[in-house]
Amino acid sequence: MRKRKDLFWYLLFVLPLTLVFISVVIIPFFMGIGYSFFSWDGMPLNPKIYVSFENYIKLFSDERFITSAYHTLYYTVLAVVVINILGFAFALIVTSKLKLRNLGRTMLFMPYLIGGLILGYIWKFIFSDMMRSLGEMTGMTDIFFNWLTDPDLALLAIVIVSTWQMAGYVMIIYITGIQSIPEDVIEAGKVDGAGFWHLLVHIKLPMIMQSITICLFLTLSMSFKIFDVNFSLTGGGPNNATEMFAMNIYNEIFSLNNYGYGQAKAMIFFIIVAVITLVQVAITKKKEVSM
Amino acid sequence: MKKTVKIFAEIGFIVLCMIYLSPIYIVITNAFKNRAELYENMLSLPNHLDFIYFAEAMEKMNIINAFKNSFIVTVASLFVIVILASMAAWMIVRVDHMFSRVLFMVFVATMLIPFQTLMMPLMQVMSSMSRATGLPFINSLSGLVYMNLGFGASMAVFLYHGFIKAIPRSLEEAAVIDGCNKFRVFWKIVFPLLKPVTVTVMILDMIWIWNDFLLPSLVLSDKKLRTIPLSTASFFGQFTIQWNMAMAGLLLAILPIIIFYIAAQKYIIKGVASGAVK
Repeated sequence: MRKRKDLFWYLLFVLPLTLVFISVVIIPFFMGIGYSFFSWDGMPLNPKIYVSFENYIKLFSDERFITSAYHTLYYTVLAVVVINILGFAFALIVTSKLKLRNLGRTMLFMPYLIGGLILGYIWKFIFSDMMRSLGEMTGMTDIFFNWLTDPDLALLAIVIVSTWQMAGYVMIIYITGIQSIPEDVIEAGKVDGAGFWHLLVHIKLPMIMQSITICLFLTLSMSFKIFDVNFSLTGGGPNNATEMFAMNIYNEIFSLNNYGYGQAKAMIFFIIVAVITLVQVAITKKKEVSM
Repeated sequence: MKKTVKIFAEIGFIVLCMIYLSPIYIVITNAFKNRAELYENMLSLPNHLDFIYFAEAMEKMNIINAFKNSFIVTVASLFVIVILASMAAWMIVRVDHMFSRVLFMVFVATMLIPFQTLMMPLMQVMSSMSRATGLPFINSLSGLVYMNLGFGASMAVFLYHGFIKAIPRSLEEAAVIDGCNKFRVFWKIVFPLLKPVTVTVMILDMIWIWNDFLLPSLVLSDKKLRTIPLSTASFFGQFTIQWNMAMAGLLLAILPIIIFYIAAQKYIIKGVASGAVK
């Protein structure tokens, strides 16, 4: 009798969320695996043709997809490095003895709250019309011209915008790390005559390794999955020169109507993202044990 | 001497922060200029405050309606996520059997799946659910809330789970002896204790849902249902860009977030910090 009652309460608490979750995440995931073996244009009335692994084989000779992979890799490496260096530098400044540090922290974090889509549009103005107008004003047309029409600079523009968005975010995580360093360790270092760089490299950095790992992988997987800024700032252009993974998948499915093939790309995308994240978890866990 | 260095450091630091936020300044200042003035100098302050571009942008973006939609979706999603995820997480922690453990593992494991992997099949599932039940899973705000609940479930359960594990059972047991049923035990005793995580979950999900673009763009095709990111995107997609009006539109789009941030910055920064480190 009691058992039955417990089961009732258990299901009442757990089932609503679980059912929604299954219909939104689990079923689509397995259906996605299925779709990736078919050729289909997305029209409900048109036939889905089973093509076995053909979609996956086609991927490796799809130049646009390979190029988008290359863009993503290039962008990710640059973005991860720049975001983390800047974010860490911000964190160092904001944890110093400056009186205005809290105001500064508030200001530096703000861009993160404005979504990637709107940020992209704001910077679109800066990189296109404002750059051009600055060029006319200063005469330095080598630097100040519409960056978004240049394939390399357009990609760099995306790095700059993501940095602007994310630096404040990783700053917050680094601050938590820096504040957890015991005060006396720093003091002891200072007494022993350690300068700024020595303190930084030999004391602070080793003591916030966990924050560094978290930030690196967080920015890594976020950069890898970038879509919104890509969509609004460059739209993948000029000539697909800045189209990245997520956008390539989106275009393959919803613009070119290759639902099956696009889904195969999406599965590969999943595998890469999963591997990155699992490596992160493994590393973070190991660090915790050794500490 | 040392004092002047200190003052310069403070000033230098704030100037640096202001330069960092200069894109927002550029949006604000150019939102008030007419076309000629804008192209004359994009960095200068406007000569006079012209609000007509705001009026135009408001009308073209239908910003009031978009704000209303964004607000409904965000509040409703947060509400259902917090309620259902905290309930589920509590039972998963307290009833420690095989099923709970597997369920928890599934919730956590699916956090690995990027949205792009699910988007196409999700739309298929939702349209067949609409056909089967007659309920509007597609092209309705409630449908979007339903999907946000599904996507937000994992992280919310994960955060609640970690917190509930640290709460001693003894408090709840006392209430059970007093004759409370599980529902009352949870709402009267457990849920108030969860407030710190609830705030974290709400902050993180609010940032995500308010700014979310791709999912709403797939779900909501009706113009009247557009959220702020959707109406911004369609505004930029539709016209050859008139930048002064676009700046007015962007300013209107970011204004709610900035006001909210100024009001609740302490909680927001704390919430983001504790959410990321877990």
